[in-house]
Amino acid sequence: MSAYNEILDLLIDAAKHPLRQLQTFKARTGRMAVGCFPEYVPAELVYAAGMFPIGLWGGQTEISRAKEYVPAFCCSVLMSGLEYGLNGTYKDLDAVIFPSLCDTLKCLSQNFKVAVPAIKHIQFAHPQMRKIEAGVQFLESEYGRVLSALEELSGTKVSDEAIAEAITVFNANRGALRRFVGLSAAHTDVISPSARHAVIKSGYFMEKPAHTALVNELCDALEALPESKKGKRVLLTGIMADDEAMLRILADCGLAVAADDLAQETRQFRYDVPEEGGAPLCRLAKWWQIFEGCSLAYDPEKTRIGMILDEVEKYGVKGVVVCMMKFCDPEEYDYPLLKQALEDKGIPALYMEIDQNAEAQAQTRIQAFSEII
Amino acid sequence: MNEVSSVEVLNMLQMEHYQNAFEKKMEGKPIGWLTSIFPQEIVEALDLDYVYPENHCCAVSARKESPKFIDIAEGKGYSIDLCAYARLNLGYAEEGYAESLTIPMPDFICCCNNICSEVVKWYENLSKNLGIPMILVDIPFNDQYEPDQARVDYIKAQLEHAIGQLEAVAGKKMDYERLREVMKISNENSRAWQEAMSWLRSRPSPMNGFSMFNYMALIVCARGKESSKQVFELLAQEHKKLTEAGETKFKGEEEFRVMWDGIAVWPFLGFTAKTLVKNGMNMNASTYPDAFAVYYDEPTLEGMARGYAGTANTRCIEYHVDGRAGLMEQNGCDGALYHMNRSCKVWDMMQYTIARRTAEKTGKPYAIFDGDQADPRGFSEAQFATRIDGLKEVMAEEKKEAGK
Repeated sequence: MSAYNEILDLLIDAAKHPLRQLQTFKARTGRMAVGCFPEYVPAELVYAAGMFPIGLWGGQTEISRAKEYVPAFCCSVLMSGLEYGLNGTYKDLDAVIFPSLCDTLKCLSQNFKVAVPAIKHIQFAHPQMRKIEAGVQFLESEYGRVLSALEELSGTKVSDEAIAEAITVFNANRGALRRFVGLSAAHTDVISPSARHAVIKSGYFMEKPAHTALVNELCDALEALPESKKGKRVLLTGIMADDEAMLRILADCGLAVAADDLAQETRQFRYDVPEEGGAPLCRLAKWWQIFEGCSLAYDPEKTRIGMILDEVEKYGVKGVVVCMMKFCDPEEYDYPLLKQALEDKGIPALYMEIDQNAEAQAQTRIQAFSEII
Repeated sequence: MNEVSSVEVLNMLQMEHYQNAFEKKMEGKPIGWLTSIFPQEIVEALDLDYVYPENHCCAVSARKESPKFIDIAEGKGYSIDLCAYARLNLGYAEEGYAESLTIPMPDFICCCNNICSEVVKWYENLSKNLGIPMILVDIPFNDQYEPDQARVDYIKAQLEHAIGQLEAVAGKKMDYERLREVMKISNENSRAWQEAMSWLRSRPSPMNGFSMFNYMALIVCARGKESSKQVFELLAQEHKKLTEAGETKFKGEEEFRVMWDGIAVWPFLGFTAKTLVKNGMNMNASTYPDAFAVYYDEPTLEGMARGYAGTANTRCIEYHVDGRAGLMEQNGCDGALYHMNRSCKVWDMMQYTIARRTAEKTGKPYAIFDGDQADPRGFSEAQFATRIDGLKEVMAEEKKEAGK
């Protein structure tokens, strides 16, 4: 068994080099790569079509041409995604898939289509009335359209067996990541906030079976270590905490990430796609039906808030860091209710604005928060 | 006896609308809050009473009372980034009373995201905070030019589901004959509205386009009511008469005709209207009022699902461009004015591209100005005036060129 730090280094390295990962894959296999925009895309279909699904969650880049398409109050994750399309960073992608989960996303996708015509554009919509059967059927139809577009790209039909196989492969990855986040809460001495984030993020840039194997190997190595709950335990909630400076400051201030409710992280793998109960496309669609705990999925009961409170209890969390993606209206609407619920329970919360293209977060605010909890 | 004007009937119906809602509330009947293009047919056919928070927001904002409620919501943690109607209404829901216009608090809420995705979150919060049922009809975004059958099927199933939820609220079963009747009325009203608006193509246009915003209240609030038709028919007759006489209610000479894209700047309605008049510009076409008319040929749930599947803010870029270019051509516009409405991301995030492409297609100039539908902090009088000046100059230049 490799030492945990050797595996960690491999995953951190992959998380830092998405472009290299993509180019290496294409050079080695001669196959295509498809970019998947946030937040939820059936990447299983890309895998089943023999292509490489790669997560596109923005990044730090100077915004120039994207401003010709969207005003300044566009969230940084999508604004930088468009900029990458325009400045050629995404030139090795053969297609991009966009969901339509918020107003900015549906419009940005349309802009991407006209602004970056060299990359095949695939867009679909999730149903918000997701609990009724017609919602599942609609999503199945949408996934069918995504699949047809991928088939057109590759020139080959994708069989049900291939999709079923992809579901199994992706569920194994989800299982490995659930195992990892559970273990990382019990090994905060060796899993820093940055490392935890990188292990999960690397999954967007690696072939799934290889990522699953490495994560499981890391988990085996962690299980062999004595448990440690070093640091003041916090839960991160929001779209993403992909902000190296902030994650470093969390560690410097003695905070440890015990759990997360981030769209880029735990929300992706909290639930498996059902292994039984219908055709593979239908099972993929059912994932969205059973899915809970995200500002982007219709939730009039605000189940998400109860789920966060449960996690706080389960992991002995001392404070919640709200990682607010700047200009993300779905998250901004949930915030007042979450804030109230946390206040009612006497759980301290810190509101941190996430802007991939802004300067590092204020150390003093995190320091002060660390002193409170 | 003097003839009754459309505006008098309009004002009377509006007053009745709110008065009736209050009376019903006092009688202990359930009151609904609806988003503006919710399929009101199914609510109306069950004889449920309802009001529209968005309309309420227009009135409160135009009467300068929006900051008070926006402050309350922001105090609760709502970001300034959020839709100002939502902030205003969530603030109002804490108070339940406004000096400018009070609407009764809801017992159920009906939300349709064909206008934007934010309304789902806004109404989720109302539902949770007030502990009342939420009825959602989800109209998925159309990346294809026309909505496909899967969308129609999904919406039809939702309408059936929503009817079940509303039957529980109303305490009675849906009378499908009555529903068919309401569907017919809604369609007739939409067409009567369209007919009245079609007179704006005349030269000069018989109406100052800003008046559209007043009449629009009715197509939003009372699309399924027989009484609305009278207003639109009267309005059409008035337009016909004015056109035949070559007259207009636009003050001064209609030197330029522009299309207005986006919601009105309600807190500065007077200023924006006067600035246009001062510059001889009549807004004789707008994407906003027409957004509220929903047309479908067949008075069935399937027909209705098809009609709602294609409502404007669920459409792709190409559809938006074609719509605007067509409207400008039809109404003989010399240019376009785009409201970069800080509240409305669904409108803003494609606006640069839509404006550019529409200008390419029509060959007509455009200007974009920053504003907000309800938050006065989002608008600058000076910037608006400058943008209008700029647009006027280009339009004048182009007219001169064309006249050579």
